[in-house]
Amino acid sequence: CVICGNAWRHEVMKWNGWGYSDSRFLFNKKGQAEFTGKRYKLSGMILPALKDWFEGTFGASLQHKSPATPLLNTSAVQAPTLNQDFVEELKSIGVPFSHEAEDRAFRGHGHCLHEIFALREGKIGRVPDMVVWPNCHNDVEKIVALACKHNVCLIPYGGGTSVSSALECPPEETRSIVSLDTSQMNRILWIDEKNLTAHVEAGIIGQDLERLLNESGYCTGHEPDSMEFSSLGGWVSTRASGMKKNIYGNIEDLVVHIKMVTPQGVIEKSCQGPRMSTGPDIHHFILGSEGTLGVVTEVTMKIRPVPEYQKYGSVVFPNFEQGVACLREVAKQRCAPASIRLMDNEQFMFGHALKPQVSSIFTSFLDGLKKFYITKFKGFDPSRLCVATLLFEGNREKVLQHEKQVYDIAAKFGGLAAGEDNGQRGYMLTFVIAYLRDLGMDYYVIAESFETSVPWDRVLDVCRNVKARVVRECKDKGVQFSPLSSCRVTQTYDAGACVYFYFAFNYRGLSDPVHVYEQVEHAAREEILANGGSLSHHHGVGKLRKEWMRETVSEVGVGMLQSVKDYVDPKNIFGNRNLL
Amino acid sequence: MLKKRDDFEDILEERRNSSDLRYALKCYTPVLYKQLTPCTASDLKNMVLCSTQVHFVIAQVSKETGAAPEEVQAEASSILEEMAHRLQLGPIRFFAFVLCKVFKTLFRSVCVNEEGIQRLQQSIHEHPVVLLPSHRSYMDFLLMSYILYTYDLALPVIAAGMDFMGMKILGEMLRMSGAFFIRRSFGGDKLYWAVFSEYVRTMLKTGFAPVEFFLEGTRSRTSKSLTPKLGLLNIVMEPFLKGEVFDVALVPVSISYERILEESLYARELLGVPKPKESTSGLFKARKVLSENYGSIHVYFGQPVSVRSLAEGRVQRGQFNLIPRHIPRRPSEDVQGFVNDSAYQLLRAQEENMVLKPWVLLSSLLLRGGGMMMEELSEGAVWLRELCRQYGAFLHWPETRFNFKQSPDALTLNTGAQKGAGLTAEEELLSQAVIILSCASYRNQALHVFVRPALLATALQAAGSAHKQDVFNTFNFLRNMFANEFILCPGAAVQDFEEACFLLMKTGVVLMEQEEVLVTENGHRTITFLTSILDPFLQGYQVVCRFLCEASTESLTEAQFVPAVRTFIVRLLLSGLSFKHFSCFQTHSHCVCVCVCVCVCCRATKIL
Repeated sequence: CVICGNAWRHEVMKWNGWGYSDSRFLFNKKGQAEFTGKRYKLSGMILPALKDWFEGTFGASLQHKSPATPLLNTSAVQAPTLNQDFVEELKSIGVPFSHEAEDRAFRGHGHCLHEIFALREGKIGRVPDMVVWPNCHNDVEKIVALACKHNVCLIPYGGGTSVSSALECPPEETRSIVSLDTSQMNRILWIDEKNLTAHVEAGIIGQDLERLLNESGYCTGHEPDSMEFSSLGGWVSTRASGMKKNIYGNIEDLVVHIKMVTPQGVIEKSCQGPRMSTGPDIHHFILGSEGTLGVVTEVTMKIRPVPEYQKYGSVVFPNFEQGVACLREVAKQRCAPASIRLMDNEQFMFGHALKPQVSSIFTSFLDGLKKFYITKFKGFDPSRLCVATLLFEGNREKVLQHEKQVYDIAAKFGGLAAGEDNGQRGYMLTFVIAYLRDLGMDYYVIAESFETSVPWDRVLDVCRNVKARVVRECKDKGVQFSPLSSCRVTQTYDAGACVYFYFAFNYRGLSDPVHVYEQVEHAAREEILANGGSLSHHHGVGKLRKEWMRETVSEVGVGMLQSVKDYVDPKNIFGNRNLL
Repeated sequence: MLKKRDDFEDILEERRNSSDLRYALKCYTPVLYKQLTPCTASDLKNMVLCSTQVHFVIAQVSKETGAAPEEVQAEASSILEEMAHRLQLGPIRFFAFVLCKVFKTLFRSVCVNEEGIQRLQQSIHEHPVVLLPSHRSYMDFLLMSYILYTYDLALPVIAAGMDFMGMKILGEMLRMSGAFFIRRSFGGDKLYWAVFSEYVRTMLKTGFAPVEFFLEGTRSRTSKSLTPKLGLLNIVMEPFLKGEVFDVALVPVSISYERILEESLYARELLGVPKPKESTSGLFKARKVLSENYGSIHVYFGQPVSVRSLAEGRVQRGQFNLIPRHIPRRPSEDVQGFVNDSAYQLLRAQEENMVLKPWVLLSSLLLRGGGMMMEELSEGAVWLRELCRQYGAFLHWPETRFNFKQSPDALTLNTGAQKGAGLTAEEELLSQAVIILSCASYRNQALHVFVRPALLATALQAAGSAHKQDVFNTFNFLRNMFANEFILCPGAAVQDFEEACFLLMKTGVVLMEQEEVLVTENGHRTITFLTSILDPFLQGYQVVCRFLCEASTESLTEAQFVPAVRTFIVRLLLSGLSFKHFSCFQTHSHCVCVCVCVCVCCRATKIL
């Protein structure tokens, strides 16, 4: 099982970039961009407009390449610090483990820019000394008991898609660090159709969970953008949010029961009642604990029948302000579709650059006509307009009714329906955008995204100021080319929205691009907080953002969390040092 | 200390060589704010009346007074009606035409630093802009708009005092050229404040036009910067502090007149002749000024100051996160301190770029009293010019060897007032005082250059010890006493002291030896000059103290205080005090704010 466990990952996934090894963007010999592989709708397609957009936006050139180190140099990985007694006992309980350099390096990072950048340069910092693959809840209990007994540091590992430096091994840790990989705990244990719940092992990856449930006619509806690779346990421990939360809710709304193994023993509730008034909800100590308290092993989740009908849609607005006003109104009337997202003008342009080659003259004629209608006939300024993408779900009749309601509201804010294709492409981009970062990094362009949540009255202010701050900081820090600084509103709530920012710049001419990038990101976060945004909506705090925890949750708040940690894990076995 | 400053360009030169009419009708396409929400002047009014801020206060006022919300709404609407500008291009063109004619008659040249204009244009494109000109004359805002029109820049909206609105026709014309009128005092009127502040903020946030106002609040009658008024500065900084705009650019503008139009008017005002009420007919009568020569004007557009960088590390912007931003709140202590410090910083930036003409230095020398030979004066001027240069002053000195015959305007103007025989002793005295005061107002233009070294020089003489700490203590005492007299940033005593020490050391006036500050052999001339600069102010304060001790038995109201002091001084002078004491007139009037003066005096008497 050791073999199959790590062979599976290494064979299909990149060790120094995002996603599947067979899927990547590249510029072919003709200088055209294409997306390789067969996994996505975009796979195998030529994207004729991407090169011009890429060169135009970043001042990059296909002549200037910054390729990654192709293979992991195992000698660059530090020799493991092993706790022999722990290893011996582990062998005796029969849990598979490994201390191969590849396995360890693979689990020593998430997907922050600085982590990937270092890997591409072949630099490997402190990585776990060993990886264990428990097969079930009982295995985890045994491993945690052993870790406590031998004072070994445990870092739970799910899908490895963290973007908060949560998986980085604390350099100051002197004990042996063991990465506890939950990937083998990936079964649906039971489905309860009377209560519409499913009991699932926490190591299951999002797309597998949905696929398996679909086979029985159900779904969870929890679809974070990383769902191809992220795990259920990871969602619980970071307070994840899914694209379709308007119908299904965020992770905290979806879980009915959680089982977690801590150094003090197992924590769980005694029943599966839908709501309890039994003091502070213990689930909320677990949700968002980021692997500092224990390992989530099993979760009971709500499930829903697979929706009968799905429909994409899109609306073009003359400007971002109108778009936000429309989303606000939709939220006010509580009629948000399964998903509604508003991209700003920069992203709209970006989306256009990713249009595949059109198959016929007729489609290209139609596209031209649409463009003419919007810009000339309706007078939208192409450098200001923005687009909202929509996803409706439910029974057919209701979807159509709902769709009409939303388009009517949009019309009040100057919005024009812009077709299903644009909507669908918008959502597809969500899954391929992470691949695009790797393409950029091949040509001196580094990029990162970050998110926040903010009250409605501040959405525009946060968007404007953070984007402008990124531009200013890049300039001040000596970035030679103007950066891409863009945002979108990805979720709506009664009292506010979730905003996602993207920034990217060409780093040619900078001696330490990662440091510059980190300063810019830091400044951007300061700007978010100064403008009334939150520290994080769903990525979590990890180590990347923990310097702001005190100001975010107050001195007492930090003390409360600390005292829970002190009780549950006095020896700091779960020593990834996230959050606090 | 030598600052790099831009070169000037005379904008009247072109006007003298080409058609004014064509100029007034020229194609005008200014660069606008990049995030401009296009709207008209009346759209602005609607935005203000529909804003959550104004709505909130309307509801509040209606609840407190029991008036129907519609009534309060109507009142808000009429306040706005009274206040709002109606910026239009037509009247601007008319003004452009008339002002061309007027300026060409009055002034030899109007010089502008074009690089400053370019910087301003850049700023207008990038951020909402606030223009902060110095205020010495009614001419200031007309001049500003004229210059911006000439350079094809966005025309500003200008906060003007209500007094102008009283002027028939002209008031309306000013309104159409961008002036909006605010009441001088509206202390507790919540509704007025809400409408007014929202109006200014809306213009700023939408990028409708650069907002222009005078930090000093009113025209300085003495050519020396007045301590700042903070109300409007608070308002224009708020959109940044509350995150409603990314940044606001504050542009200090220094307008230096060779001779101020209201010159003799100011002197008389200082002596107790009340300021004439602004009226169109008054203006018409004043047309006689057209026959005189007022020399040249230098307008320096300073480096735009970003509110964001000013606030960096000073203000916790997160303080607005927990209460809806439209609910009016008194600014927190750190915001108040921040706005106050910024105001002083901006005023200093204004002062630094004031252009000093030769006559300013001559007045400084002449006012030291006693007679003076022409050669002596000439030699002194050259010496003083060098000193000014080393202190970083912005001098405008004729290129040829300085010759008095070449700058007759200033001298003639002063002889002008000397005529008139057969007056009573008191009238005689007053007319003499007018001359002295006019002269002093020239000297005052250079005060900002000398004030810190002068405080140190006086402290050196008064301290009675050369020990650095003692000197600093005396310096600090004087500095506090004159806090309302000169532009001295609050809380910057140490910096000011060090700056003064640096300047005096650089010019070889003092030496620092083991915690001792020693005056050098060659330094005495400078020390004498510097103390003479501060002398009139010290004397003035002394006289006021004397008045408080001797003459004032019963308590006086604020309004009675100034005239009472004035009569007291006249009595003193008539009873044979020396010529030098004329300047007391100016000083006592300098204490513009009577309360402050009293308070200073109380402090002074307590210590003395």
